[in-house]
Amino acid sequence: MELNKIEKLVEKYFEGATSIAEEKELKDYFASSDVAPQLEKYKPLFSYVVQAKQEHFLTTITLKTNKSKRVVWLSVAASAAVLLGVSMFTFNYYHQQKSDDIGTITDPEVAFRETQKALAMISEHVNKGIGSMNYLDEYEQSKNKIFKK
Amino acid sequence: MNQNEFMHLVNPFKDKLFRMAKRLLVSIEEAEDATQEVLLKLWNRNENLDEYKSLEAMAMTMTKNYCLDQLKSKRATNMPIVHNNFTDREASLQQKVEDYDTWNWVEKIINDLPELQKLIVQMRDIEEMEFEEISKILDMKEQAIRTALSRARKVIREKIIKAHNYGIK
Repeated sequence: MELNKIEKLVEKYFEGATSIAEEKELKDYFASSDVAPQLEKYKPLFSYVVQAKQEHFLTTITLKTNKSKRVVWLSVAASAAVLLGVSMFTFNYYHQQKSDDIGTITDPEVAFRETQKALAMISEHVNKGIGSMNYLDEYEQSKNKIFKK
Repeated sequence: MNQNEFMHLVNPFKDKLFRMAKRLLVSIEEAEDATQEVLLKLWNRNENLDEYKSLEAMAMTMTKNYCLDQLKSKRATNMPIVHNNFTDREASLQQKVEDYDTWNWVEKIINDLPELQKLIVQMRDIEEMEFEEISKILDMKEQAIRTALSRARKVIREKIIKAHNYGIK
């Protein structure tokens, strides 16, 4: 290729007026081994531009987000539902217990009788417990027998 | 559209997106993230993809916008960091060393250009796209693109000549 033509193309190139085909021609020329000495300085530019196109996107693309987004929302919804359920349950539970605790007897005499009954029941149970303590006395006696002798 | 079809559709130009992102963001990692992000956005629009006339042009526009946004937010929050890819990914062969050096040099010059010129040089000189396509992606008139391109090429020429004559004149 005549040098004259190439020089003209280079001029045109810097004016931004070359076509893709002409630019290709220039790239080919500068890739060849016999570049005119006065044009040698442009060689890196054209070889870089060719080389820069060789770079590839190598990372594998992950496209899962479409689904995982749904999963995320689902899990958020599920945990919200669980939380709501638990809090409703505990709320109701405590509420009920409180209202059960409060006595329902209004007549003082009946209340007195009920209280007595309750206390009697307690003392009865306590006495039952004391009854089983008699065994301890047995132990005490036998221990005294052994250790005194 | 399933994943395979989508990948098939995207494969021809995903490298192009990556190179453009890298031109703007400079760091390889960020460019990878940007590409991934853009492809994901496309994938999420899955159902409407057929409506677009040129998927590639749209993807390029999206990448451009995404990267410019990234740059803007980074500039607002961070100190400017110059990204150098410190690790050489390939073992440079002895005879390639010099080539590498000059290429890096040219790369640096291009990366120092203003963003718009960078984009245009990337699309025209490296990706060899027609002015018509570029004007669609950048939403600019062809003549304005030619002017910007010429300006960018002249800056590159000036710097190359300066480097070439270094130590002589």
